[in-house]
Amino acid sequence: MLTKRIIPCLDIKEGRTVKGTNFVDLRDAGDPVELGAFYAENGADELVFLDITATIDNRKTLVELVKQVARQVNIPFTVGGGIGSIEDVSALLNAGADKVSINSSAVRRPGLIDELALQFGSQCIIVAIDTRFVDGIDWVHTHGGRNITPIKTIEWAKEVEQRGAGEILLTSMDTDGTKAGFANQLTAEISSNSSIPIIASGGAGTMKDFYDVFTLGKADAGLAASIFHFKEIEINALKNYLAKKGIPMRI
Amino acid sequence: MNIAIIKYNAGNVASVMYALDRIGAKYTWTDDEKVIQAADKVIFPGVGEASTAMAYLREKKLDQLIPTLKQPVLATCIGMQLLCKHSEENDTDCMGVFDVNIIRFQSNDLKIPHVGWNSIQATGENDLMKGLNETEFVYFVHSFYAPVYQDTSATCDYIQPFSAMLQKDNFFAAQFHAEISGKVGQKIIQNFLDL
Repeated sequence: MLTKRIIPCLDIKEGRTVKGTNFVDLRDAGDPVELGAFYAENGADELVFLDITATIDNRKTLVELVKQVARQVNIPFTVGGGIGSIEDVSALLNAGADKVSINSSAVRRPGLIDELALQFGSQCIIVAIDTRFVDGIDWVHTHGGRNITPIKTIEWAKEVEQRGAGEILLTSMDTDGTKAGFANQLTAEISSNSSIPIIASGGAGTMKDFYDVFTLGKADAGLAASIFHFKEIEINALKNYLAKKGIPMRI
Repeated sequence: MNIAIIKYNAGNVASVMYALDRIGAKYTWTDDEKVIQAADKVIFPGVGEASTAMAYLREKKLDQLIPTLKQPVLATCIGMQLLCKHSEENDTDCMGVFDVNIIRFQSNDLKIPHVGWNSIQATGENDLMKGLNETEFVYFVHSFYAPVYQDTSATCDYIQPFSAMLQKDNFFAAQFHAEISGKVGQKIIQNFLDL
């Protein structure tokens, strides 16, 4: 049976993981390669590396980092942050990334999704959507959720699928950081109307939040950062909990 | 050992090379007929679209070469589909090593493509799953599949049972991405290299 995926997200700045981590058993918790390998060994189904600085100077650092991750990690991993061109994607895929995630650049120029899907195949193109509920409607936001756009989230999700996105990474700015649960209603609405997988992000605080996002939210994958990094939830324990409750898991 | 990875226009093969690096195997990425023929093992990977890939292989005459190879050949994902008879993807005639046609998933309720970790079950003769459990999880991304037939060496269930692996003479094929399927995928590649 196809399983639901649990994905830890590592934020990267100048080649190092940011947001402290709580892994005493790691030699260097700030080393994304070591942390990624640790997660891959300990139940993660996939990894996402998000370059939060994403300046041109940092590009080379990121490509070098991706090469090191690819040498160590034997599960799929995605790289995102500041990707805006075919050249960017080509460099990251050649360095060993399995997928890339694009966000603001796709909002600025939606045709980029078509171009990337045609060039590299839909399977490696994730479109990340940051969304916030304003005046009764869910709107797409850019720049880490700071800037509102005139695009409705539900419509954008349909459009990116039609243009060739292989998966959608949906982050709710309303729930992100709250630890009060994922945005299940919106996730369910988008997932039900979509043929591509939806990775839900933002708001995970408890194991039950993941159960809810896979059932109520109809998500195909659940992504979180700090609760994993600070060991508030251990991935293998989470997967055992979900499996016991009837959610298909790779154990 | 001398491993040739067949170079053609189907997607990115960096992940396959890194998987071989992790095992410590040396390889050459090539479309040179002589180099491929002389290799001890041949890997035919790829992601992409069937008709474009076949057109390129024909242009390079690799479609003539690949079915005649005598050493162990491992084909993955689109590589496996191209070794079958015909693909429904843009009505493409393929190489016909495996006597089965590739068809598109159809479902009203389940998502297509089939993306993520799913379990496979070894059936009958399966040299690449030696040392593994009869059921293991591997990573899939595909919209087209080979139905279960006599050369199926592992099955997977999505919408209906389909061929996760095929095996016939010196040809081995996997629909999933062994190169990113964790320890299980690593073992499958190692078993292939140990043949």
